Amino acid sequence: MTAARRLLAGLNRQPRLVAAALLAPGTLWLLVFFFVPIAVVLAYSFMTRGVYGGVTRGFTLEHYRRFMDPLYLTVLRRTVVLATSCTVACLVAGYPVAYVIARAGRWKNLLLFLVVVPLWTSFLVRTYAMIFLLRDTGFINSVLVALGLIREPLVLLYTPGAVLAGLVYGYLPLMVLPIYVSLEKLDPTLLEAAEVLGARPAARFWRITLPLSAPGVVAGAMLVFIPALGAFLTPDLLGGAKQMMIGTLVQNQFGAARNWPFGSASSFILMAVVLVAVLGYLRLRERSPMEVVG
Amino acid sequence: MTRRLPRPVVAFTALCFVFLHLPVLVLAVFSFNHSRYSVRWTGFSLEWYRLLLERQDILAALRVSLTVGTVSTLVSTVLGTMVALALARHRFRGRTLLEGLLYLPIVTPEIVVGISLLLLFATLRIGLGIPTIVVAHIAFSVSFVAVVVRARLEGMDRTLEEAALTLGANEVETFRRVTLPLLLPGIVAGALLAFTMSIDDFVITFFVSGPGSTTLPVLIYSMARRTIEPTINAVSTILVVATTVPIYFFDRLTRVRQPREGAA
Repeated sequence: MTAARRLLAGLNRQPRLVAAALLAPGTLWLLVFFFVPIAVVLAYSFMTRGVYGGVTRGFTLEHYRRFMDPLYLTVLRRTVVLATSCTVACLVAGYPVAYVIARAGRWKNLLLFLVVVPLWTSFLVRTYAMIFLLRDTGFINSVLVALGLIREPLVLLYTPGAVLAGLVYGYLPLMVLPIYVSLEKLDPTLLEAAEVLGARPAARFWRITLPLSAPGVVAGAMLVFIPALGAFLTPDLLGGAKQMMIGTLVQNQFGAARNWPFGSASSFILMAVVLVAVLGYLRLRERSPMEVVG
Repeated sequence: MTRRLPRPVVAFTALCFVFLHLPVLVLAVFSFNHSRYSVRWTGFSLEWYRLLLERQDILAALRVSLTVGTVSTLVSTVLGTMVALALARHRFRGRTLLEGLLYLPIVTPEIVVGISLLLLFATLRIGLGIPTIVVAHIAFSVSFVAVVVRARLEGMDRTLEEAALTLGANEVETFRRVTLPLLLPGIVAGALLAFTMSIDDFVITFFVSGPGSTTLPVLIYSMARRTIEPTINAVSTILVVATTVPIYFFDRLTRVRQPREGAA
Protein backbone atom coordinates (compact mmCIF):
# COMPACT_ATOMS: atom_id res chain seq x y z
CA MET A 1 0.00 0.00 0.00
CA THR A 2 2.73 2.43 0.97
CA ALA A 3 4.72 1.42 -2.08
CA ALA A 4 1.69 2.08 -4.25
CA ARG A 5 1.22 5.42 -2.54
CA ARG A 6 4.81 6.38 -3.08
CA LEU A 7 4.44 5.44 -6.71
CA LEU A 8 1.31 7.58 -7.01
CA ALA A 9 2.95 10.48 -5.21
CA GLY A 10 5.91 10.15 -7.57
CA LEU A 11 3.54 10.13 -10.52
CA ASN A 12 1.94 13.29 -9.29
CA ARG A 13 5.20 15.08 -9.82
CA GLN A 14 4.83 14.07 -13.47
CA PRO A 15 1.60 15.84 -14.43
CA ARG A 16 1.94 14.86 -18.07
CA LEU A 17 2.11 11.19 -17.19
CA VAL A 18 -0.91 11.54 -14.92
CA ALA A 19 -2.90 13.29 -17.62
CA ALA A 20 -1.97 10.60 -20.12
CA ALA A 21 -2.91 7.84 -17.68
CA LEU A 22 -6.26 9.46 -16.96
CA LEU A 23 -7.06 10.02 -20.61
CA ALA A 24 -5.79 6.80 -22.14
CA PRO A 25 -8.56 4.31 -21.27
CA GLY A 26 -11.50 6.57 -22.13
CA THR A 27 -10.07 7.99 -25.32
CA LEU A 28 -8.85 4.58 -26.45
CA TRP A 29 -12.35 3.20 -25.94
CA LEU A 30 -13.85 6.04 -27.98
CA LEU A 31 -11.20 5.58 -30.65
CA VAL A 32 -11.76 1.84 -31.04
CA PHE A 33 -15.54 1.73 -30.57
CA PHE A 34 -16.61 5.06 -32.01
CA PHE A 35 -14.13 6.54 -34.48
CA VAL A 36 -12.82 3.30 -35.99
CA PRO A 37 -16.39 2.02 -36.64
CA ILE A 38 -17.26 5.29 -38.40
CA ALA A 39 -14.18 4.78 -40.58
CA VAL A 40 -15.36 1.23 -41.28
CA VAL A 41 -18.72 2.62 -42.45
CA LEU A 42 -16.90 5.01 -44.77
CA ALA A 43 -14.86 2.13 -46.16
CA TYR A 44 -17.97 -0.03 -46.70
CA SER A 45 -19.71 2.80 -48.55
CA PHE A 46 -17.10 2.48 -51.33
CA MET A 47 -17.17 -1.30 -51.58
CA THR A 48 -19.23 -3.53 -53.85
CA ARG A 49 -22.05 -5.63 -52.57
CA GLY A 50 -21.19 -9.33 -52.60
CA VAL A 51 -23.40 -12.19 -53.71
CA TYR A 52 -24.63 -13.25 -50.26
CA GLY A 53 -25.11 -9.79 -48.85
CA GLY A 54 -21.49 -9.41 -47.84
CA VAL A 55 -19.01 -7.11 -49.55
CA THR A 56 -16.10 -7.45 -51.89
CA ARG A 57 -13.08 -5.20 -51.83
CA GLY A 58 -12.55 -2.50 -54.38
CA PHE A 59 -13.49 1.11 -54.83
CA THR A 60 -16.74 2.31 -56.32
CA LEU A 61 -18.93 5.39 -56.13
CA GLU A 62 -22.00 3.48 -57.31
CA HIS A 63 -23.79 3.67 -53.95
CA TYR A 64 -23.53 7.44 -53.75
CA ARG A 65 -24.63 7.63 -57.38
CA ARG A 66 -27.55 5.34 -56.61
CA PHE A 67 -28.68 7.70 -53.85
CA MET A 68 -29.17 10.38 -56.54
CA ASP A 69 -32.08 8.34 -57.87
CA PRO A 70 -35.38 10.28 -57.46
CA LEU A 71 -36.63 7.45 -55.24
CA TYR A 72 -33.98 8.14 -52.62
CA LEU A 73 -33.87 11.89 -53.15
CA THR A 74 -37.55 11.88 -52.17
CA VAL A 75 -36.57 10.17 -48.92
CA LEU A 76 -33.88 12.81 -48.36
CA ARG A 77 -36.32 15.64 -49.12
CA ARG A 78 -38.97 14.14 -46.84
CA THR A 79 -36.39 13.83 -44.06
CA VAL A 80 -35.32 17.47 -44.34
CA VAL A 81 -38.93 18.70 -44.66
CA LEU A 82 -40.12 16.67 -41.65
CA ALA A 83 -37.13 17.68 -39.52
CA THR A 84 -37.65 21.35 -40.46
CA SER A 85 -41.42 21.22 -39.80
CA CYS A 86 -40.74 19.51 -36.49
CA THR A 87 -38.26 22.24 -35.53
CA VAL A 88 -40.71 25.02 -36.47
CA ALA A 89 -43.58 23.32 -34.63
CA CYS A 90 -41.39 22.80 -31.54
CA LEU A 91 -40.42 26.47 -31.66
CA VAL A 92 -44.01 27.67 -31.94
CA ALA A 93 -45.11 25.40 -29.10
CA GLY A 94 -41.95 25.58 -27.03
CA TYR A 95 -41.43 29.33 -26.87
CA PRO A 96 -44.67 30.13 -25.00
CA VAL A 97 -44.03 27.18 -22.67
CA ALA A 98 -40.52 28.43 -21.86
CA TYR A 99 -41.86 31.97 -21.43
CA VAL A 100 -44.52 30.86 -18.97
CA ILE A 101 -42.04 28.73 -16.99
CA ALA A 102 -39.54 31.59 -16.78
CA ARG A 103 -42.24 33.71 -15.12
CA ALA A 104 -43.98 31.00 -13.16
CA GLY A 105 -42.58 32.07 -9.77
CA ARG A 106 -43.00 29.29 -7.23
CA TRP A 107 -44.34 26.87 -9.85
CA LYS A 108 -41.11 27.12 -11.81
CA ASN A 109 -39.36 24.01 -10.46
CA LEU A 110 -42.40 21.79 -10.81
CA LEU A 111 -43.02 22.91 -14.40
CA LEU A 112 -39.36 22.43 -15.28
CA PHE A 113 -39.51 18.94 -13.83
CA LEU A 114 -42.60 18.21 -15.96
CA VAL A 115 -40.65 19.29 -19.05
CA VAL A 116 -37.64 17.14 -18.18
CA VAL A 117 -39.50 13.93 -17.25
CA PRO A 118 -40.56 13.01 -20.82
CA LEU A 119 -36.97 13.43 -21.92
CA TRP A 120 -35.99 10.63 -19.59
CA THR A 121 -38.92 8.40 -20.36
CA SER A 122 -37.92 5.69 -22.80
CA PHE A 123 -38.29 7.08 -26.32
CA LEU A 124 -39.54 3.69 -27.47
CA VAL A 125 -42.26 3.61 -24.83
CA ARG A 126 -43.32 7.15 -25.72
CA THR A 127 -43.54 6.23 -29.40
CA TYR A 128 -45.54 3.14 -28.55
CA ALA A 129 -47.83 5.32 -26.45
CA MET A 130 -48.47 7.38 -29.60
CA ILE A 131 -49.52 4.22 -31.48
CA PHE A 132 -51.86 3.41 -28.63
CA LEU A 133 -53.42 6.86 -29.04
CA LEU A 134 -53.51 7.13 -32.83
CA ARG A 135 -54.41 3.73 -34.25
CA ASP A 136 -57.88 3.01 -35.69
CA THR A 137 -59.11 1.42 -32.47
CA GLY A 138 -56.91 3.68 -30.37
CA PHE A 139 -57.73 6.07 -27.58
CA ILE A 140 -58.45 9.17 -29.69
CA ASN A 141 -60.75 7.38 -32.14
CA SER A 142 -62.58 5.59 -29.32
CA VAL A 143 -63.18 8.85 -27.49
CA LEU A 144 -64.38 10.60 -30.66
CA VAL A 145 -66.70 7.72 -31.52
CA ALA A 146 -68.02 7.56 -27.95
CA LEU A 147 -68.74 11.28 -28.07
CA GLY A 148 -70.60 10.77 -31.32
CA LEU A 149 -68.37 13.18 -33.21
CA ILE A 150 -67.38 10.60 -35.83
CA ARG A 151 -68.83 7.30 -37.00
CA GLU A 152 -65.90 5.74 -38.75
CA PRO A 153 -62.46 5.90 -37.09
CA LEU A 154 -60.17 8.50 -38.60
CA VAL A 155 -56.97 7.28 -40.22
CA LEU A 156 -54.38 8.87 -37.98
CA LEU A 157 -51.58 6.33 -37.87
CA TYR A 158 -49.16 5.78 -40.78
CA THR A 159 -49.60 9.33 -42.06
CA PRO A 160 -47.06 12.17 -42.39
CA GLY A 161 -49.03 13.92 -39.64
CA ALA A 162 -48.46 10.99 -37.28
CA VAL A 163 -44.71 11.12 -37.90
CA LEU A 164 -44.64 14.87 -37.37
CA ALA A 165 -46.70 14.60 -34.18
CA GLY A 166 -44.39 11.84 -32.94
CA LEU A 167 -41.28 13.90 -33.66
CA VAL A 168 -42.67 17.02 -31.94
CA TYR A 169 -43.82 14.89 -29.02
CA GLY A 170 -40.36 13.39 -28.78
CA TYR A 171 -38.24 16.52 -29.04
CA LEU A 172 -40.34 19.40 -27.66
CA PRO A 173 -38.55 19.42 -24.27
CA LEU A 174 -35.21 19.93 -26.07
CA MET A 175 -36.58 23.20 -27.46
CA VAL A 176 -38.13 24.44 -24.21
CA LEU A 177 -35.05 24.04 -22.01
CA PRO A 178 -32.50 26.28 -23.82
CA ILE A 179 -35.14 28.97 -24.50
CA TYR A 180 -36.06 28.88 -20.83
CA VAL A 181 -32.39 29.33 -19.87
CA SER A 182 -31.95 32.39 -22.09
CA LEU A 183 -35.24 33.96 -20.90
CA GLU A 184 -34.19 33.36 -17.32
CA LYS A 185 -30.93 35.22 -17.90
CA LEU A 186 -32.71 38.20 -19.46
CA ASP A 187 -32.12 41.36 -17.46
CA PRO A 188 -35.58 42.63 -16.38
CA THR A 189 -34.33 46.22 -16.09
CA LEU A 190 -34.11 46.35 -19.89
CA LEU A 191 -37.86 45.72 -20.10
CA GLU A 192 -38.54 48.28 -17.39
CA ALA A 193 -36.45 50.82 -19.25
CA ALA A 194 -38.40 50.13 -22.43
CA GLU A 195 -41.67 50.53 -20.57
CA VAL A 196 -40.58 53.81 -19.03
CA LEU A 197 -39.62 54.98 -22.49
CA GLY A 198 -43.13 54.22 -23.70
CA ALA A 199 -42.80 50.86 -25.49
CA ARG A 200 -46.03 48.86 -25.58
CA PRO A 201 -46.04 45.19 -24.44
CA ALA A 202 -45.93 43.89 -28.02
CA ALA A 203 -43.01 46.15 -28.88
CA ARG A 204 -41.19 45.11 -25.72
CA PHE A 205 -41.59 41.48 -26.68
CA TRP A 206 -40.61 41.75 -30.33
CA ARG A 207 -37.77 44.22 -29.85
CA ILE A 208 -36.24 43.11 -26.55
CA THR A 209 -37.37 39.74 -25.24
CA LEU A 210 -37.31 37.87 -28.53
CA PRO A 211 -33.92 39.13 -29.83
CA LEU A 212 -32.29 38.54 -26.45
CA SER A 213 -33.59 35.00 -26.27
CA ALA A 214 -32.34 34.28 -29.80
CA PRO A 215 -29.36 32.20 -28.56
CA GLY A 216 -31.77 29.89 -26.76
CA VAL A 217 -33.97 29.64 -29.84
CA VAL A 218 -30.98 28.79 -32.04
CA ALA A 219 -29.64 26.23 -29.57
CA GLY A 220 -33.09 24.66 -29.19
CA ALA A 221 -33.57 24.51 -32.94
CA MET A 222 -30.26 22.66 -33.22
CA LEU A 223 -31.09 20.23 -30.42
CA VAL A 224 -34.38 19.36 -32.15
CA PHE A 225 -33.26 19.44 -35.77
CA ILE A 226 -30.27 17.07 -35.44
CA PRO A 227 -32.02 14.10 -33.80
CA ALA A 228 -35.09 14.68 -36.02
CA LEU A 229 -32.85 14.28 -39.10
CA GLY A 230 -31.59 10.95 -37.83
CA ALA A 231 -34.94 9.74 -36.50
CA PHE A 232 -35.55 6.07 -37.03
CA LEU A 233 -38.06 4.84 -34.45
CA THR A 234 -40.69 7.51 -35.09
CA PRO A 235 -41.02 7.08 -38.88
CA ASP A 236 -40.65 3.33 -38.49
CA LEU A 237 -43.43 2.85 -35.94
CA LEU A 238 -45.75 5.77 -36.76
CA GLY A 239 -45.12 6.26 -40.47
CA GLY A 240 -45.05 2.78 -41.90
CA ALA A 241 -43.49 2.01 -45.25
CA LYS A 242 -44.79 5.10 -47.04
CA GLN A 243 -43.23 7.67 -44.74
CA MET A 244 -39.63 6.53 -45.00
CA MET A 245 -36.95 8.86 -43.67
CA ILE A 246 -33.17 8.40 -44.08
CA GLY A 247 -33.01 6.65 -40.69
CA THR A 248 -35.51 4.02 -41.80
CA LEU A 249 -33.78 3.71 -45.18
CA VAL A 250 -30.46 2.96 -43.45
CA GLN A 251 -32.12 0.44 -41.16
CA ASN A 252 -33.73 -1.29 -44.13
CA GLN A 253 -30.42 -1.67 -45.89
CA PHE A 254 -28.95 -3.37 -42.84
CA GLY A 255 -32.08 -5.39 -42.22
CA ALA A 256 -34.36 -6.76 -44.93
CA ALA A 257 -32.56 -5.36 -47.99
CA ARG A 258 -29.15 -6.45 -46.69
CA ASN A 259 -27.20 -4.00 -48.81
CA TRP A 260 -24.53 -2.87 -46.38
CA PRO A 261 -22.52 -0.70 -48.79
CA PHE A 262 -25.62 1.27 -49.85
CA GLY A 263 -26.71 1.54 -46.21
CA SER A 264 -23.25 2.85 -45.34
CA ALA A 265 -23.36 5.42 -48.13
CA SER A 266 -26.84 6.52 -46.97
CA SER A 267 -25.61 6.99 -43.41
CA PHE A 268 -22.73 9.08 -44.64
CA ILE A 269 -25.16 11.28 -46.53
CA LEU A 270 -27.16 11.59 -43.31
CA MET A 271 -23.99 12.55 -41.43
CA ALA A 272 -23.18 15.14 -44.10
CA VAL A 273 -26.61 16.76 -43.64
CA VAL A 274 -26.10 16.77 -39.85
CA LEU A 275 -22.65 18.31 -40.31
CA VAL A 276 -24.08 21.10 -42.47
CA ALA A 277 -26.66 21.76 -39.74
CA VAL A 278 -23.98 21.89 -37.03
CA LEU A 279 -21.82 24.27 -39.08
CA GLY A 280 -24.84 26.48 -39.71
CA TYR A 281 -25.51 26.51 -35.98
CA LEU A 282 -21.92 27.50 -35.16
CA ARG A 283 -22.11 30.41 -37.63
CA LEU A 284 -25.43 31.59 -36.22
CA ARG A 285 -24.07 31.38 -32.70
CA GLU A 286 -21.14 33.59 -33.62
CA ARG A 287 -23.56 36.32 -34.63
CA SER A 288 -25.83 35.93 -31.62
CA PRO A 289 -26.80 39.28 -30.06
CA MET A 290 -26.02 37.97 -26.58
CA GLU A 291 -22.36 38.85 -27.00
CA VAL A 292 -23.22 42.37 -28.08
CA VAL A 293 -25.43 43.09 -25.09
CA GLY A 294 -23.92 40.88 -22.42
CA MET B 1 -41.67 41.69 -12.88
CA THR B 2 -44.64 39.77 -11.56
CA ARG B 3 -46.72 40.99 -14.44
CA ARG B 4 -49.66 38.72 -15.21
CA LEU B 5 -49.20 36.39 -18.13
CA PRO B 6 -51.69 36.71 -20.99
CA ARG B 7 -54.48 34.13 -20.59
CA PRO B 8 -54.20 32.59 -24.09
CA VAL B 9 -50.47 32.00 -23.57
CA VAL B 10 -51.13 30.19 -20.29
CA ALA B 11 -53.92 28.11 -21.84
CA PHE B 12 -51.70 27.18 -24.77
CA THR B 13 -48.91 26.18 -22.40
CA ALA B 14 -51.31 24.00 -20.43
CA LEU B 15 -52.27 22.27 -23.70
CA CYS B 16 -48.61 21.62 -24.46
CA PHE B 17 -48.15 19.98 -21.06
CA VAL B 18 -51.18 17.78 -21.75
CA PHE B 19 -49.66 16.83 -25.11
CA LEU B 20 -46.34 15.98 -23.41
CA HIS B 21 -47.84 13.75 -20.74
CA LEU B 22 -51.16 12.39 -21.95
CA PRO B 23 -49.85 9.56 -24.17
CA VAL B 24 -47.75 7.86 -21.49
CA LEU B 25 -50.43 8.44 -18.85
CA VAL B 26 -53.10 6.83 -21.04
CA LEU B 27 -50.71 3.96 -21.75
CA ALA B 28 -50.06 3.44 -18.04
CA VAL B 29 -53.72 3.69 -17.06
CA PHE B 30 -54.72 1.06 -19.60
CA SER B 31 -52.08 -1.34 -18.29
CA PHE B 32 -54.48 -1.72 -15.36
CA ASN B 33 -57.52 -2.24 -17.56
CA HIS B 34 -59.38 -5.51 -17.27
CA SER B 35 -60.29 -5.85 -20.94
CA ARG B 36 -57.79 -7.30 -23.34
CA TYR B 37 -58.99 -5.90 -26.65
CA SER B 38 -60.81 -2.69 -26.09
CA VAL B 39 -59.62 0.70 -24.98
CA ARG B 40 -62.87 0.96 -23.09
CA TRP B 41 -62.34 0.87 -19.35
CA THR B 42 -63.84 -2.35 -17.99
CA GLY B 43 -62.44 -2.35 -14.49
CA PHE B 44 -59.20 -2.36 -12.56
CA SER B 45 -56.98 -5.40 -12.91
CA LEU B 46 -53.41 -6.43 -12.17
CA GLU B 47 -53.84 -9.36 -14.56
CA TRP B 48 -51.27 -8.08 -17.09
CA TYR B 49 -48.62 -7.55 -14.44
CA ARG B 50 -49.25 -11.05 -13.11
CA LEU B 51 -48.91 -12.42 -16.65
CA LEU B 52 -45.53 -10.69 -16.97
CA LEU B 53 -44.15 -12.98 -14.29
CA GLU B 54 -45.04 -15.98 -16.42
CA ARG B 55 -43.44 -14.64 -19.57
CA GLN B 56 -39.98 -16.17 -19.70
CA ASP B 57 -38.94 -13.97 -22.63
CA ILE B 58 -39.73 -10.79 -20.72
CA LEU B 59 -37.95 -11.94 -17.59
CA ALA B 60 -34.91 -12.98 -19.65
CA ALA B 61 -34.87 -9.59 -21.39
CA LEU B 62 -35.07 -7.84 -18.04
CA ARG B 63 -32.07 -9.84 -16.82
CA VAL B 64 -30.08 -8.91 -19.95
CA SER B 65 -31.00 -5.22 -19.57
CA LEU B 66 -29.96 -5.12 -15.91
CA THR B 67 -26.69 -6.96 -16.58
CA VAL B 68 -25.77 -4.69 -19.48
CA GLY B 69 -26.84 -1.60 -17.53
CA THR B 70 -24.79 -2.46 -14.46
CA VAL B 71 -21.57 -3.43 -16.23
CA SER B 72 -21.63 -0.59 -18.75
CA THR B 73 -22.45 1.96 -16.04
CA LEU B 74 -19.52 0.85 -13.85
CA VAL B 75 -17.00 0.97 -16.69
CA SER B 76 -18.23 4.17 -18.34
CA THR B 77 -18.40 6.01 -15.00
CA VAL B 78 -14.77 5.21 -14.20
CA LEU B 79 -13.53 6.02 -17.72
CA GLY B 80 -15.65 9.16 -18.06
CA THR B 81 -14.59 10.50 -14.66
CA MET B 82 -10.92 9.97 -15.54
CA VAL B 83 -11.34 11.85 -18.82
CA ALA B 84 -13.16 14.69 -17.01
CA LEU B 85 -10.37 14.97 -14.42
CA ALA B 86 -7.72 15.12 -17.13
CA LEU B 87 -9.63 17.76 -19.08
CA ALA B 88 -10.39 19.95 -16.08
CA ARG B 89 -7.11 19.67 -14.21
CA HIS B 90 -4.40 19.27 -16.82
CA ARG B 91 -3.18 21.39 -19.65
CA PHE B 92 -1.87 19.40 -22.60
CA ARG B 93 -1.56 19.72 -26.32
CA GLY B 94 -4.69 18.83 -28.27
CA ARG B 95 -6.97 19.45 -25.27
CA THR B 96 -9.48 21.60 -27.19
CA LEU B 97 -9.50 19.10 -30.04
CA LEU B 98 -10.15 16.26 -27.61
CA GLU B 99 -13.01 18.19 -26.03
CA GLY B 100 -14.56 18.70 -29.45
CA LEU B 101 -14.17 15.00 -30.26
CA LEU B 102 -15.79 14.13 -26.93
CA TYR B 103 -18.98 15.85 -28.09
CA LEU B 104 -19.09 13.96 -31.40
CA PRO B 105 -20.70 10.79 -30.02
CA ILE B 106 -23.38 13.02 -28.49
CA VAL B 107 -24.41 14.63 -31.81
CA THR B 108 -23.94 11.63 -34.09
CA PRO B 109 -27.29 10.07 -35.06
CA GLU B 110 -27.83 6.91 -33.01
CA ILE B 111 -28.61 4.87 -36.08
CA VAL B 112 -25.17 5.67 -37.51
CA VAL B 113 -23.50 4.64 -34.24
CA GLY B 114 -25.52 1.43 -34.28
CA ILE B 115 -24.73 0.33 -37.81
CA SER B 116 -21.08 1.38 -37.48
CA LEU B 117 -20.62 -0.94 -34.49
CA LEU B 118 -22.47 -3.69 -36.33
CA LEU B 119 -20.04 -3.32 -39.24
CA LEU B 120 -17.05 -3.29 -36.89
CA PHE B 121 -18.13 -6.50 -35.17
CA ALA B 122 -18.98 -8.11 -38.50
CA THR B 123 -15.60 -7.15 -39.95
CA LEU B 124 -13.79 -8.55 -36.92
CA ARG B 125 -16.06 -11.62 -37.01
CA ILE B 126 -17.17 -11.06 -33.42
CA GLY B 127 -20.51 -12.72 -32.63
CA LEU B 128 -23.25 -10.44 -31.32
CA GLY B 129 -24.31 -10.90 -27.71
CA ILE B 130 -24.23 -9.34 -24.28
CA PRO B 131 -20.52 -8.37 -24.54
CA THR B 132 -21.07 -6.42 -27.78
CA ILE B 133 -24.05 -4.57 -26.24
CA VAL B 134 -21.96 -3.68 -23.19
CA VAL B 135 -19.13 -2.40 -25.38
CA ALA B 136 -21.56 -0.25 -27.40
CA HIS B 137 -23.25 1.19 -24.31
CA ILE B 138 -19.90 2.13 -22.77
CA ALA B 139 -18.94 3.84 -26.03
CA PHE B 140 -21.94 6.18 -25.96
CA SER B 141 -21.98 6.68 -22.17
CA VAL B 142 -18.37 7.74 -21.63
CA SER B 143 -18.90 11.14 -23.28
CA PHE B 144 -22.05 11.86 -21.28
CA VAL B 145 -20.40 10.91 -17.97
CA ALA B 146 -17.34 13.02 -18.84
CA VAL B 147 -19.51 16.06 -19.63
CA VAL B 148 -21.53 15.75 -16.40
CA VAL B 149 -18.50 15.19 -14.13
CA ARG B 150 -16.62 17.96 -15.88
CA ALA B 151 -19.46 20.40 -15.15
CA ARG B 152 -19.21 19.48 -11.47
CA LEU B 153 -15.42 19.98 -11.51
CA GLU B 154 -15.83 23.44 -13.05
CA GLY B 155 -18.13 24.52 -10.24
CA MET B 156 -15.85 23.20 -7.49
CA ASP B 157 -13.98 25.46 -5.11
CA ARG B 158 -10.30 24.81 -5.74
CA THR B 159 -9.19 26.64 -2.62
CA LEU B 160 -10.28 23.63 -0.53
CA GLU B 161 -7.74 21.43 -2.29
CA GLU B 162 -5.10 24.14 -1.99
CA ALA B 163 -5.83 24.38 1.71
CA ALA B 164 -5.38 20.62 2.12
CA LEU B 165 -2.05 20.77 0.29
CA THR B 166 -0.90 23.73 2.37
CA LEU B 167 -1.83 21.89 5.54
CA GLY B 168 0.55 19.08 4.65
CA ALA B 169 -1.58 16.52 2.82
CA ASN B 170 0.09 15.06 -0.24
CA GLU B 171 -1.60 14.93 -3.64
CA VAL B 172 -2.97 11.44 -3.18
CA GLU B 173 -4.46 12.21 0.24
CA THR B 174 -5.87 15.46 -1.05
CA PHE B 175 -7.52 13.66 -3.96
CA ARG B 176 -8.92 10.88 -1.81
CA ARG B 177 -10.13 12.98 1.10
CA VAL B 178 -11.03 16.33 -0.48
CA THR B 179 -11.48 16.13 -4.26
CA LEU B 180 -13.25 12.79 -4.44
CA PRO B 181 -15.90 13.47 -1.75
CA LEU B 182 -16.64 16.86 -3.33
CA LEU B 183 -16.86 15.28 -6.75
CA LEU B 184 -19.02 12.35 -5.68
CA PRO B 185 -22.44 13.89 -6.46
CA GLY B 186 -21.21 14.58 -10.01
CA ILE B 187 -19.94 11.02 -10.37
CA VAL B 188 -23.16 9.53 -9.03
CA ALA B 189 -25.18 11.78 -11.36
CA GLY B 190 -23.05 10.63 -14.30
CA ALA B 191 -23.57 7.00 -13.30
CA LEU B 192 -27.36 7.43 -13.02
CA LEU B 193 -27.41 9.06 -16.45
CA ALA B 194 -25.35 6.23 -17.94
CA PHE B 195 -27.58 3.60 -16.34
CA THR B 196 -30.78 5.22 -17.55
CA MET B 197 -29.44 5.60 -21.07
CA SER B 198 -28.34 1.98 -21.10
CA ILE B 199 -31.70 0.67 -19.85
CA ASP B 200 -33.57 2.91 -22.34
CA ASP B 201 -31.43 2.51 -25.42
CA PHE B 202 -33.14 0.86 -28.31
CA VAL B 203 -31.65 2.04 -31.61
CA ILE B 204 -27.99 1.16 -30.97
CA THR B 205 -28.79 -2.03 -29.06
CA PHE B 206 -31.06 -3.19 -31.89
CA PHE B 207 -28.03 -3.49 -34.18
CA VAL B 208 -25.55 -5.05 -31.77
CA SER B 209 -27.72 -7.59 -29.96
CA GLY B 210 -27.84 -11.22 -30.97
CA PRO B 211 -30.61 -13.84 -30.80
CA GLY B 212 -29.88 -14.76 -27.17
CA SER B 213 -29.29 -11.25 -25.91
CA THR B 214 -32.56 -9.36 -26.31
CA THR B 215 -32.85 -6.34 -24.02
CA LEU B 216 -36.17 -5.08 -22.72
CA PRO B 217 -36.53 -2.22 -25.27
CA VAL B 218 -35.63 -4.56 -28.16
CA LEU B 219 -38.28 -7.00 -26.94
CA ILE B 220 -40.91 -4.27 -26.54
CA TYR B 221 -40.13 -3.11 -30.09
CA SER B 222 -40.67 -6.55 -31.59
CA MET B 223 -43.84 -6.99 -29.55
CA ALA B 224 -45.16 -3.55 -30.54
CA ARG B 225 -44.59 -4.30 -34.22
CA ARG B 226 -46.51 -7.53 -34.07
CA THR B 227 -49.51 -6.76 -31.95
CA ILE B 228 -51.09 -4.50 -29.41
CA GLU B 229 -51.55 -6.25 -26.10
CA PRO B 230 -51.91 -4.99 -22.53
CA THR B 231 -48.72 -6.80 -21.45
CA ILE B 232 -46.77 -4.27 -23.55
CA ASN B 233 -48.48 -1.49 -21.61
CA ALA B 234 -47.56 -3.18 -18.35
CA VAL B 235 -43.92 -3.76 -19.21
CA SER B 236 -43.66 -0.21 -20.63
CA THR B 237 -45.08 1.22 -17.44
CA ILE B 238 -42.47 -0.67 -15.43
CA LEU B 239 -39.72 0.63 -17.72
CA VAL B 240 -40.95 4.22 -17.36
CA VAL B 241 -41.03 3.99 -13.57
CA ALA B 242 -37.63 2.27 -13.49
CA THR B 243 -35.99 5.05 -15.49
CA THR B 244 -37.82 8.04 -14.03
CA VAL B 245 -36.79 7.26 -10.46
CA PRO B 246 -33.01 7.43 -11.11
CA ILE B 247 -33.55 10.63 -13.08
CA TYR B 248 -35.34 12.23 -10.18
CA PHE B 249 -32.19 11.70 -8.13
CA PHE B 250 -29.99 12.79 -11.03
CA ASP B 251 -31.95 16.04 -11.12
CA ARG B 252 -31.47 16.61 -7.42
CA LEU B 253 -27.75 15.85 -7.56
CA THR B 254 -26.96 18.13 -10.47
CA ARG B 255 -29.04 21.08 -9.32
CA VAL B 256 -26.22 23.49 -8.56
CA ARG B 257 -27.03 25.86 -5.76
CA GLN B 258 -26.21 29.19 -7.20
CA PRO B 259 -26.55 32.47 -5.40
CA ARG B 260 -29.49 34.22 -7.05
CA GLU B 261 -28.32 36.88 -9.37
CA GLY B 262 -29.79 40.10 -8.12
CA ALA B 263 -31.36 42.52 -10.55
CA ALA B 264 -28.23 44.60 -10.53
